Amino acid sequence: MLATSSDFKGNAKRALKNAPLQDSMRGTRALFPAKRAAAVAGLPEFEQLRDIGRDIKNHTLANLDFYLETWERNVLNAGGHVHWASTAEDARKAVLDICKRVGARTVTKGKSMISEELAINDHLEAHGITPVETDLGEYILQIRNEPPSHIIAPATHLSRADWEESFRKIHTDLPADRVFAERKDIMTEARTLLREKFLAADVGITGANFLIAETGSSVIVTNEGNGDLTQTLPRVHIVLASIEKVVPTLEDATNMLRLLARSATGQDMSVYTTFSTGARRPGDLDGPEEYHVVVVDNGRSAMIGSEFQDMLRCIRCAACMNHCPVYQIVGGQSYGWVYPGPMGSVLTPMLIGVDQAGQLPNASTFCGKCESVCPVKIPLPKLMRHWREREFERHLQPIAARTNLAVWAWVAQRPSLYRFATRAAAKALALLGRSKGSLSYVPLAGGWTAGRDLPVPEGDTFFARYAKQQRGEA
Amino acid sequence: MSRDAIFGAIQRGLRRGPLPADQTLGLYARLNAHPRHLVPQRSNLPHPQQIELFLRNLEKEFATFTSVASNDDVPCAVADYIASQNLPADIIIAPHPELRAIPWFNRPLLQLREGRAEASDLVSVQHGYVGIAETGTLMLPAAPHRPTTLNLLCDTEIVVLRASRVVGPFEDAWDILRREREGMVYGNFLPRNVMFVTGPSRSADIESTLELGAHGPRRLHVVLIDDTTAG
Ligand code: SF4
Repeated sequence: MLATSSDFKGNAKRALKNAPLQDSMRGTRALFPAKRAAAVAGLPEFEQLRDIGRDIKNHTLANLDFYLETWERNVLNAGGHVHWASTAEDARKAVLDICKRVGARTVTKGKSMISEELAINDHLEAHGITPVETDLGEYILQIRNEPPSHIIAPATHLSRADWEESFRKIHTDLPADRVFAERKDIMTEARTLLREKFLAADVGITGANFLIAETGSSVIVTNEGNGDLTQTLPRVHIVLASIEKVVPTLEDATNMLRLLARSATGQDMSVYTTFSTGARRPGDLDGPEEYHVVVVDNGRSAMIGSEFQDMLRCIRCAACMNHCPVYQIVGGQSYGWVYPGPMGSVLTPMLIGVDQAGQLPNASTFCGKCESVCPVKIPLPKLMRHWREREFERHLQPIAARTNLAVWAWVAQRPSLYRFATRAAAKALALLGRSKGSLSYVPLAGGWTAGRDLPVPEGDTFFARYAKQQRGEA
Repeated sequence: MSRDAIFGAIQRGLRRGPLPADQTLGLYARLNAHPRHLVPQRSNLPHPQQIELFLRNLEKEFATFTSVASNDDVPCAVADYIASQNLPADIIIAPHPELRAIPWFNRPLLQLREGRAEASDLVSVQHGYVGIAETGTLMLPAAPHRPTTLNLLCDTEIVVLRASRVVGPFEDAWDILRREREGMVYGNFLPRNVMFVTGPSRSADIESTLELGAHGPRRLHVVLIDDTTAG
């Protein structure tokens, strides 16, 4: 997919003015956080499980070569095939080669962000193979030729009217006067049509939430069951997985699964969690005859040992974007590539280059909400700051931003001046917003306040209050 | 090519060559011991309460259940459920020895066919391997006598499960599978796939609002056989 991340500001501006988009985002914005909060409240150990999840991932990353080798050996033992792909190009070639060898004409697909990252669909289509997205959200996006706006709810930006319109346009075999009285009618139509695709496909492609070193398994998690139909019915199953998906054991995966669904959709467990290990065994009545895993690096190994290594812990739950005040307003498509929200702001510059995606790490209020909900405790604000520093060093920021920051740096290095300046600013802001409690316009920060209000400072800086408290005044 | 490049880049990032033998041994020890992490307390209950929790969680996840006293009552429970939902009496059933031991002939109107599911099958009867109380989840490992398509293709899936096979947390379910090594063929203990099913298929992709009945079964019904009381 063509990245438009370099025009994040333009994208965001257009999103803010897009009334239907703002309507549907307003309708759903509170849903995910509320569901996550309820699920977390139902599991008293959740905080400890987050620490354990972070530690499991850190342990795996520190020994990633060992665990990938062990995983590979066990895939081969179980009769599966492993294809290593350094680049997106390598991965696309590996997938296409398999499809061509087995004479595939149609390929069903489970939802996979890495497939979006690799632009597998375009590549298959260019070679005469028809890819069919089977996740409901991905299916409608494929019809509408749109990129996803969310990593677990890819069509969250669309309204029911959008679904109806697209279905009427594309499903022309069905009676034009059929009624879509409720959401269920839309779902039933998709279910019926996609059932034929599942049965006809020659190859099924899924992603992987985890790879298990101990057993050589890949794991998918879905609510619809489309991923399981995709990997069970066709003759060939291809798994797309990136190198950081591996965890050592089933017990490690179990801990991650306790975090994943709760953080993502607020469920205790998603409906279908499936561990696949190799192809159909002697005596099995169903399942694919070939099982392939394409393991993709595509820039990730360069994050190991860098200040961005923590990002490789990500389990793609989407909690960070669900709780992000910027994402909630500009929507996922503004980020201009595959991964939106805070995790995308860290990952995208790594994967497509900071020159393309340098604006994304600025799309943050640094409120810290993302880090506070991240199930593996990735310090997202800190990582975004690293990008800002790098970007600054590369002088990619517009001149105005650079000089303002340079002035700030100069002032900040002089504590008394800094305190004076921030005190003055806080007082001025308090005066400006006294009547409302929030500011919808801040001088020189029009771009920042166009989509949000700045809470009015209480007329004192942190330093001043801290000093007061030390003196016992507060 | 790619393989060497990836492993080279990983080791460069980690600022080391291949792991020294003593550290590798430590990692193998961890794999072999596969230690449990913190297991949530919620299912740490006496077995009868674990069963209650399992059933409560089934309902929370929009599944339904019937409890029966013995094998003899299963055909009746299945027939009643099918009638209550207005479903056809043609059933595709897993060729599992435990299901074969059920006296289906008591209900001659049920038309049973053993095998994998085809697109036209509307109702399946599957063999339940283990039930997990923690989340109301069914563990369904693939095997010649437990085809995966029975979990996917039919509108309605009925799972016959013995109450003695209800455990508390996921870790206990893994332990049973590790112990019984069902489907072991290549020296790996995992069968081709292990499905964990928690309720019927659903999606929230349309306006972030949950609807049941996406691609998988629209209904999930558990027939629980009480084989725990001595008698
Ligand atoms: S960064 Fe954390 S919160 Fe965001 S998707 Fe990844 S794991 Fe989830």
